[in-house]
Amino acid sequence: MERTNTAQKVYSRPESLTGATTHYCPGCTHGVAHRIIAEVIDEMNIREKTIGVAPVGCSVFAYNYFNCDFVEAAHGRAPAMATGIKRVLPDRIVFTYQGDGDLASIGMAEIMHAAARGENLTVIFINNAIYGMTGGQMAPTSLPGQCTTSSPGGRDVEQTGYPIRMAELISGMDGASYSVRRSLHDPNNIRKSKKAIRTAFEVQKHELGFAIVELLSSCPTNWGYSPAEALDWIKYHMLPVFPIGDYKTIDEVNNIKS
Amino acid sequence: MARELLKGNIAIAEAAVRAGLEAYFGYPITPQTELLEWMSHRMPELGRVFLQAESEVAAINMVYGAACTGARVMSSSSSPGVSLMMEGLSYIAGTELPVVLVDVVRGGPGLGNIAPSQGDYNQIVHGGGHGDYFNIVLAPSSVQEAIDLTVLAFDLAEKYRSIVIVMADGNIGQMMEPAELPPMRPIKKVYPEWSVRGAVSRDKRILSSIYMNPEDEEITNLRLLERWQVVQRNETMFKEYFLDNAEIIVLGYGTAGRIAYSAVRAARAEGIPVGLFRPVSLSPFPSEVIEDLADSSSAFLVVEMNTGQMLNDVKMFVNGKVPVEFYGRLGGMVPFPEEILAEIKRISSGNFSPVSDPRITWIERLKETINGSGEAT
Amino acid sequence: MPVKGWVEIDPIYCKGCELCVGACPQDVLAIDLDNLTSKGYHPAYLVGEGCTGCAICAIVCPESAITVFRETPSRESIKKNIEVTV
Repeated sequence: MERTNTAQKVYSRPESLTGATTHYCPGCTHGVAHRIIAEVIDEMNIREKTIGVAPVGCSVFAYNYFNCDFVEAAHGRAPAMATGIKRVLPDRIVFTYQGDGDLASIGMAEIMHAAARGENLTVIFINNAIYGMTGGQMAPTSLPGQCTTSSPGGRDVEQTGYPIRMAELISGMDGASYSVRRSLHDPNNIRKSKKAIRTAFEVQKHELGFAIVELLSSCPTNWGYSPAEALDWIKYHMLPVFPIGDYKTIDEVNNIKS
Repeated sequence: MARELLKGNIAIAEAAVRAGLEAYFGYPITPQTELLEWMSHRMPELGRVFLQAESEVAAINMVYGAACTGARVMSSSSSPGVSLMMEGLSYIAGTELPVVLVDVVRGGPGLGNIAPSQGDYNQIVHGGGHGDYFNIVLAPSSVQEAIDLTVLAFDLAEKYRSIVIVMADGNIGQMMEPAELPPMRPIKKVYPEWSVRGAVSRDKRILSSIYMNPEDEEITNLRLLERWQVVQRNETMFKEYFLDNAEIIVLGYGTAGRIAYSAVRAARAEGIPVGLFRPVSLSPFPSEVIEDLADSSSAFLVVEMNTGQMLNDVKMFVNGKVPVEFYGRLGGMVPFPEEILAEIKRISSGNFSPVSDPRITWIERLKETINGSGEAT
Repeated sequence: MPVKGWVEIDPIYCKGCELCVGACPQDVLAIDLDNLTSKGYHPAYLVGEGCTGCAICAIVCPESAITVFRETPSRESIKKNIEVTV
């Protein structure tokens, strides 16, 4: 192919990702989430003042993949750990990156209270309706009837209740300033996810309170699908239960968005 | 600075503030809530960080986060709350961060009561959280000592990148005594080279307790162990009273040690050759001194407010050289000096426990003390 | 003239998940079944012409393995209809 000297590189790996290869399964959208967060950090030029808090779950090694200071929290405790860091260093950008076990199960108290206090934090919540790292058990976000290794006959709502909708739950708290759900299942939604993540970091930068972006994400391995099929499963099965939407956006956030 | 009448909890809190405390995260629990309350107005007054967390679990994890930034940070709690912190303490130890924790021990196990106790010895001194790690544990027996040990705790924590626990009890937390606070130390300006504060003009840093590779974890465990050996050589602390020509050695720490002191003084006034050995650092344990004392005495009496937890450690280092007797009160009961004096007299008249576990005969004596006949239910 | 583009897929990162293949609007990506990356995956690669440098593949790639180039014709060459090649 002829290449001219007016060629431009229009897309490349963001600076805020390290050069490490990830341990995520092929097609797992954790990698997409990582990339768009890194792009936002690059675009906002905040890499040197960002401190990330890694969870326990598939993304436990997130600290190896982002090129900024990082700490590792105990399971579910990232919002508390992030609170400790942010209170001592209020001018840094502190974000947590958590899965559905970390945030909606064992860490439910920590996330609810961080939101209630209106901590100036950015939380990225990866919802894939399953526990990935430990091999595919039921999560608080698993769908009714969903087969997992700890609900082999499908999630029985009589015994185990219903999936928890975190974006909606947090939106009910006065301390939360921005609580939205997006999805990573196609390019359009990935673009919208990145915009929401950008807003969530801007909320922190402008000291407007607590921001959380819930991202519907795939787990091909534990759902038992190919990567492409898994994205379809998000579209056809998860979206009806976890609708995309802006569940809380305070006025000040709308102002900075424009 | 002048001496003032100070409540233990408040003295400990203010001592920490004066030692350059930058952040306090805690949760109310009796009998240490005054510490949290003091911090709630004092820290904001000085422009420092205070937050009442939603639970002790959250509090210790906030401490964990703040400690990652290299700041001087502490929490405080009492026995049931400290149990909740054990996970966080293990993570903090695995990440090798300096942290100070104050445990104001109360009656247990379980919800127990709010009376003073020493029932947390095993949990605090011998770990509590999972994995191989070593806490420094300091046991004050007066408000003044609580102040001094709290200030020391921060220095030791940073010197050894270690957890230092000031283990008091409800008595020390609640009582008021004249004591002197140190002058205000400024907040540090230089932060350690391992601290995570944003990668400005440097490579990123990670703080984690994960070592997926067992080879790496072994090296880490070894590093923690060798560091502990340095601590043992350098930071063992104890107080000795009336040990000259003492044949009976009474051992007690904290409030039990303080009450035992009264008994020992009374016994000496009656001519009984008894002395008091009061460990101040429970960890590192003054094992070598105890071994030496076993060589030069004829009997030990361990006094505790539990079922004999330090007793096990003492017995280990006495190693059968001399009889080790035991007197304890349980569940928040505090012994009177007369009770301990009676024990000293019993021992000095040659009336020893016939079996190697001194608890067996002690239980019988305690039941008589409790209700004359008493079957414990 | 149509915008031309091309992509470079780094075999260090590519795990052969095929999401880019399915997402490409021009159908110019495929999995190379004849080769393996050092990790044992069949990587994706650019086949044929037609890439417009839209970067949709890079957007869906979970490994940030794709670098996208787009050829923007210079003003001069548009006016004079000349392509300057290197």
